[in-house]
Amino acid sequence: MTTGPVIELRAATKRFRGATGGVHTAVRELTLSVQPGEFVAVVGPTGCGKSTTLSLVSGLEPPSSGIALVRGEPVLGIPEGIGYMFQNDAVQPWRSVLDNVAAGPRYRGASKAKAREKARVWVEKVGLAKFAGYYPHQLSGGMRKRVALAATLVNEPSILLMDEPFSALDVQTRALMQDELLRLWSGTNAAVVFVTHDLDEAIALADKVIVMTASPATVKSTFDVHLPRPRLVEEIRMTPEFQSVYREIWESLREEVDKARERSVVAS
Amino acid sequence: MSAVSLPAETEAIPARELTGAARAARNRRLKVWSIRVVLVAVWLGSWELAATYWIDPFFYSKPSEVWAKLVDWFTVGTSQGSIWTNIAATMQEAVIGFLIGALAGIVLGVLLGRSPLLSDICAPFIKALNAVPRIVLAALFVIWFGLGMQSKIATAFILVFFAVFFNAFQGAREVDRNLINNARVLGASRFQVLMTIVLPSATSWILASLHSAFGFALIGAVVGEVVGAETGLGLLISRSQGNFDTPGIYAGMIVITVLALLAEAILTALEKRLLKWRPTAAHEQGAQL
Ligand SMILES: Nc1ncnc2c1ncn2[C@@H]1O[C@H](COP(=O)(O)OP(=O)(O)OP(=O)(O)O)[C@@H](O)[C@H]1O
Ligand SMILES: [Mg+2]
Repeated sequence: MTTGPVIELRAATKRFRGATGGVHTAVRELTLSVQPGEFVAVVGPTGCGKSTTLSLVSGLEPPSSGIALVRGEPVLGIPEGIGYMFQNDAVQPWRSVLDNVAAGPRYRGASKAKAREKARVWVEKVGLAKFAGYYPHQLSGGMRKRVALAATLVNEPSILLMDEPFSALDVQTRALMQDELLRLWSGTNAAVVFVTHDLDEAIALADKVIVMTASPATVKSTFDVHLPRPRLVEEIRMTPEFQSVYREIWESLREEVDKARERSVVAS
Repeated sequence: MSAVSLPAETEAIPARELTGAARAARNRRLKVWSIRVVLVAVWLGSWELAATYWIDPFFYSKPSEVWAKLVDWFTVGTSQGSIWTNIAATMQEAVIGFLIGALAGIVLGVLLGRSPLLSDICAPFIKALNAVPRIVLAALFVIWFGLGMQSKIATAFILVFFAVFFNAFQGAREVDRNLINNARVLGASRFQVLMTIVLPSATSWILASLHSAFGFALIGAVVGEVVGAETGLGLLISRSQGNFDTPGIYAGMIVITVLALLAEAILTALEKRLLKWRPTAAHEQGAQL
């Protein structure tokens, strides 16, 4: 086994055809790497290309130029061991909570009973045991997010891509889920790429925070977060170390947010 | 090891509230049904009166004659043998045509809906076929397949196929990309995506078309029998027409209507079962048709 990065993007560029026929560059010359077991948070202004970056890593979209590597291999199709929590929750409305979570093992060839057994454990871990038989339309938005989380984690991914997974949750539930995520992740040595708008969340969770530029996205700067683990997000927020890292990253992020805002004002 | 606690699942609802709601629902049902019965009584009564005093019952018949005809069919039998063998023949044709037509419509609709290349290739042919007047085809099928059951099944098939095909096609095209991507990342093969994502999300579209499709299957079978047959309700109707037996035509229509309503009830039950994951808003309460 080589011990290189699990995820690598080298000068990856992604262009889309725009609505009016022009070409829109969502991600430009993006280079980044993630080590095994590393928790990387990605922050950047809205619409800059964060979700697109994740789709390049997941293999759902091929880069227009440059290259995406997972475990040193170019990404063709969906790499083994990937878990991806989408920005819009993707629960299947015709399956109960339990069967939604069991979907992954089922797809991978487990028997129905085995898959459900596995799923039940994860439904419990995200606190939905009482709702195992419910259909998604009977759940709140936050509960659906937790279903999606359990459905992703039940496959025990070694690479976890998360696109603003907790943005729809209220503050208390979000803090609980963040702690829960750290707890679930701590034993696994999985690499996490966590996209968020919330700088607090990024710093509290991650080893490394990547700030993206306004559209088209590329890495503006990278900050290491040397806060001790295990962490409790509510407590760590109060520490002076946290505050100083926050100020440092916010300086960098604010410029990009302002740029993005100015541009959208000019455009409209 | 649940880390996130949740509010209690349900709370007790006061019994008074429940019985109140049940009573309101019952009252509403009673009202709906009594108005329906009154409407039918007024309609039949005025028809009977009109046919007795003003219009010619030879052409227009009247409810009492139609009723007598029905009683005669079910107790004595029809000119074409027992009514039950005729019903069985028509139903058999309709059901077989419906099953094959629905299956072909679903399979082809979903396949073409998921494959832009296939649908581009096939589009002009399907549009051309769809433009052919189906009733004309019934005449052609009698020549191809003879007076037996096959020609009616073929007519029912063609009618059902197009009704189901277009809905399945549309349903398969409008599947949420997000759901497909999610399934693929979770490890689904192309076939698994088709079976667990595309089909279920097209189900509401498909089921909606199946309602009208069984009606079409019956029409196909009956029209096929009117064009040429040895047995069946369509034959009964065309014989009644040949003998200027107006009550016989009405009686045949009534039998067919009852069969269609029965099939509709079965399909509705099936739909409820298959779509139990959907919110109960539009299709269970309030404005239902
Ligand atoms: N499939 C697509 N076709 C065309 N354009 C796209 C597509 N996906 C994304 N884009 C464009 O790429 C840009 C970046 O989109 P992306 O979803 O990556 O942003 P984001 O950083 O995730 O934003 P947010 O923080 O609001 O989620 C946007 O301008 C968007 O319009
Ligand atoms: Mg996004």
